Amino acid sequence: MRVGIPIILACVASGIASSAQSANLKIPGSIEAGSAFSVRCDGNGSGTLYIAGPGQFIKRDVQLGSETSFPAGTLYNAGHYSVWLEAAGSSNTGSLDVLPAPKPSDLTFIAKPSRLQVALRNGITGTAYVFDHYGNLITEPMEVSFELSNPRAGAQTRAVQTRNGAAWTEMDSTSHEGQDQFVARAGEVSSKRVVFQVPGEPCSLKMNAKAAGDKIQLVTDPVRDCSGNAVADGTIVTFTELSNDSKSTVDVPLKKGVASAEMPAHRGATVSVASGVVLGNQIRWEQ
Amino acid sequence: MTLSNTFVLVSTVVMALSAVAADQPSVRVEPSRLDGPRQLQEQTAKAAVNNYLESWRSMSDALDQNRPELLDRDFIGSAKEKLAATIKEQKENGVRTVYRDRSHDIRILFYSPEGLSIQLADTVVYDLQLFDHDKAIGSQNVQTRYIVVLTPTEVRWRVRIFQAQTQ
Repeated sequence: MRVGIPIILACVASGIASSAQSANLKIPGSIEAGSAFSVRCDGNGSGTLYIAGPGQFIKRDVQLGSETSFPAGTLYNAGHYSVWLEAAGSSNTGSLDVLPAPKPSDLTFIAKPSRLQVALRNGITGTAYVFDHYGNLITEPMEVSFELSNPRAGAQTRAVQTRNGAAWTEMDSTSHEGQDQFVARAGEVSSKRVVFQVPGEPCSLKMNAKAAGDKIQLVTDPVRDCSGNAVADGTIVTFTELSNDSKSTVDVPLKKGVASAEMPAHRGATVSVASGVVLGNQIRWEQ
Repeated sequence: MTLSNTFVLVSTVVMALSAVAADQPSVRVEPSRLDGPRQLQEQTAKAAVNNYLESWRSMSDALDQNRPELLDRDFIGSAKEKLAATIKEQKENGVRTVYRDRSHDIRILFYSPEGLSIQLADTVVYDLQLFDHDKAIGSQNVQTRYIVVLTPTEVRWRVRIFQAQTQ
């Protein structure tokens, strides 16, 4: 909590009718959120001081001619406040701005998506809003650093200047599957998100065939994406056999990185394999 | 790092509503230069601005009647918490405040890449009246600039950050 230099709100309750900014009410333009300040009202007797804004409301009995102190942490929500001193049936008025404290204390960090394929350019976005100790958006420009790191792929970093309290960035997903750490940092405050990178679509397919009685046993090599990551189990691989005028297809999911199927053995048949938009090799069965 | 793309609200609308109904604020929505890579559709921008303007009515009613539940439709997160705390302070002191927004000059500043927040600046003119146990203490005509962050909820954009900024 910051304790600022007490600021004197000097006001004179002189019985003058209220006006937009009475000459008898001297109020500093602004204070820092949470700073201590005090109010001194010239005159005799007592009055009531009101500090009103959407963010906070304060009402205090004040002794005219003496100082009323507001300790640190009393007025802490940034914003514009209207001030009235009411005494002896008349009021003086003024205004006061409360500014966010400059030191970041909290970050709202949104990272999207939480799961994506490897090797996507600008596939990951991060947005950060920076707040002070009291939850005020710090609108003065400051640097926010974003870092996306993967134990196998090093780190990408971006330094971004906030505008009106917000900063954003885009990052490429790395070529390695796994769990990335995505961190936003402002001053000594940081916020971490986890981004799961999953393998992409198969990059190439290769199958082998061997006889199994009156069947052909088809097995793919381990299926990998274009970055060399094993494609996720469950990905569908399609085997197609063309024989004379007949066509047979079998869809099977990858299990432990490979797909296997048995198809009828027809002499002269052509067997092909595909997954998604990737077409693998063809085998002509001559046995 | 910033890609600036220009978003122009097709209708740079100056709604002279004041001419139609004296209690309605005049609203001007300026063309926006968005900071961010995401395109903001006109329909989305209009919805966010309309929801924000409606939030002023909710806030005004809530602070006038000291009823925090009136904030529920339009506010969320810290904006709602701070306004609710203000209402609690007013209520404890027997005070109510009446906000009447007279004009809004709005510019959309930022649409976050993932689409979960819209930030706008609003130079607003409003009248504020203060009543202590129904005794009028005074009134002020105020002009200030608000920085507002809205987030999408089930059916509308709600105000998450609502903070006046020194001009």
